[in-house]
Amino acid sequence: MGAQFWLIQTFNGISYGALLFLVGSGLSLIFGVMRIVNLAHGSYFLLGGYVALSVIWATGSWALSIPVAAVAIAILGLLMERVFLRPLGFDPLRQVLLTVGFAFLFQQAALDIWSGNPFDIDPPDQLTRSIVVDGLHLPMYRIFMIGVALAIGLSLWLVMEKTRLGATIRATVDDAQMARGVGINTSLISTLIFGLGAFLAALGGVIGGAFLGVYPGLDFEMLPIAFAVVIIGGMGSLGGAAIGALIVGLADNFGKALFPEVSYFTLYAPMALILAVRPTGLFGRE
Amino acid sequence: MGSEQIKVLAVAAILVALALIVPHASSFAILLVTRALAFSILVMSVDLLLGFTGLASMGQAAYLGVGAYLTAILATRYHFGLGDDFWAVVGLAMLGSAALAAFFGLLAMRASGVYFLMITLALGQCVWGLAYRWNSLTGGDNGINLSQRPRFFGIDFSHEVTFFYLVFACFSASLLIMYTFVRSPFGRSLVGIRERELRMKILGYNTWLHKYLVFIIAGAFGGLAGVLWAHTAGIVSTDDVVLTTSVDALLMVVLGGAGTLIGGVVGAGIVTFVREYLSTLVHWWQYVLGGIYILVILYLPGGLMSVPQRIRQWRAARTVSAAADDLPAAPPLSSPARGTG
Repeated sequence: MGAQFWLIQTFNGISYGALLFLVGSGLSLIFGVMRIVNLAHGSYFLLGGYVALSVIWATGSWALSIPVAAVAIAILGLLMERVFLRPLGFDPLRQVLLTVGFAFLFQQAALDIWSGNPFDIDPPDQLTRSIVVDGLHLPMYRIFMIGVALAIGLSLWLVMEKTRLGATIRATVDDAQMARGVGINTSLISTLIFGLGAFLAALGGVIGGAFLGVYPGLDFEMLPIAFAVVIIGGMGSLGGAAIGALIVGLADNFGKALFPEVSYFTLYAPMALILAVRPTGLFGRE
Repeated sequence: MGSEQIKVLAVAAILVALALIVPHASSFAILLVTRALAFSILVMSVDLLLGFTGLASMGQAAYLGVGAYLTAILATRYHFGLGDDFWAVVGLAMLGSAALAAFFGLLAMRASGVYFLMITLALGQCVWGLAYRWNSLTGGDNGINLSQRPRFFGIDFSHEVTFFYLVFACFSASLLIMYTFVRSPFGRSLVGIRERELRMKILGYNTWLHKYLVFIIAGAFGGLAGVLWAHTAGIVSTDDVVLTTSVDALLMVVLGGAGTLIGGVVGAGIVTFVREYLSTLVHWWQYVLGGIYILVILYLPGGLMSVPQRIRQWRAARTVSAAADDLPAAPPLSSPARGTG
């Protein structure tokens, strides 16, 4: 195990973390604003991949499949929030359970529409090559994943910190009641954030489809990993989600490479410990 | 307490009926009821936490897993637990899961509300991760096959009817113990914690300890469910400890009605029926299951057990409104009601 091993594993971990950031940031934002854990988040990830496949089969365009899938799932999220979650008012447990009910429905729908066969999303040829830096073969696709996560992260940060909309969202995260008091439409913010979360998860599903595949059961495999990201980083914090994604990406990669027998344990045990020491996560606020 | 006694008698009558009727049913039906009863023990333990104490645990499958894996490993490797020593395995499984719950509880009890849900989920995933990856011990994805069921007191439990009675006996005993437990002063204190923890603290209760103890007790019953579950299915695999198993148990409680113990059993029965029987008839059974969950969560927060009460309320409301229709119209608010004296 030379320097080469450590460098390539670190690179792999970071690129996996980039993918996790897309899934985790949405989950984290939804929690921050609505105080609920969206257990259908893994389903959005999976459905995003499936919708992208349909677009690719119909049009042959990979580039087109990304926005179409993300927007389609965002609309699904918006509808779910408006029609089903909103009428429950502020009752986190029932809302959480409702999202599980939807996760089961989506699972069946995906099975009916796209069959139970595993698929891969093939990116265009330019992205399947790898570049050689200092004797290290770096796949272009992983670099692309990091690029997308950076772009999304940067734009989210700009919107959150530099715009009026972002300020109202931050106010809602900090104190929803007070935000309502000063005239912020927190109900609208909740719906928007839920849609944005679904958008990001589906985006992750399309981009991850080339890398993890698209298959039944991926939804409930992705969900706990996305959880690990936001729990380590702290719910409701964008920066926390980024750091959580990096930690989980690296822990997962090195865990699998170094201690294959206990690799998932090395991922979830730190998560449980962090929660026990700081129930709100490393960067979360109560 | 008259209505409570009627309820207890009704449940007892249904259980006796079940014990008499089920052995005459088809072997598939016997298997379904056996599965539902074995899983119900886990579901009732979830109800102890969710319904009575207000703790939404999303990692109870871990304790089922400890019981199930312990049973399978002892039986296949050491041929232990297949004779009179079956009860030793039950004891070991309950102790083992209680010990795990005692350890996990120390971490989980630091959080509350949604954070409790997440930390139990994380802990459950730790157990799943070990079961999934620790191939040499757990058989990984393939799991462990149990080739035979126990035989003791001169009875061979490999027969479906005798095994049904074994599970039935364990289930009835668990129900009785948990029922006595929730009706005890300790059980009452848990309801107090669910309703208003701060007030219970002010009254001098050590609420942390109470919650911690019920978490351990729930874990022990999860271990018992695991032993029976392993012998019912004949295979122990990562499916038993996966996140969806924990979620299932939680949803069954909500479906039947949290805080009623028996509601979770009803939920387990319905879900087992839909999943195992309806799925052999139609391919869209999962829509039915998802639809039932969503409708119950939206429109029946008290679960199916609250239906009779709902009907009574609805009837009472109708009688009241009918009586109001017969009365002369109330005077308008603006009229001087008390100005004439």
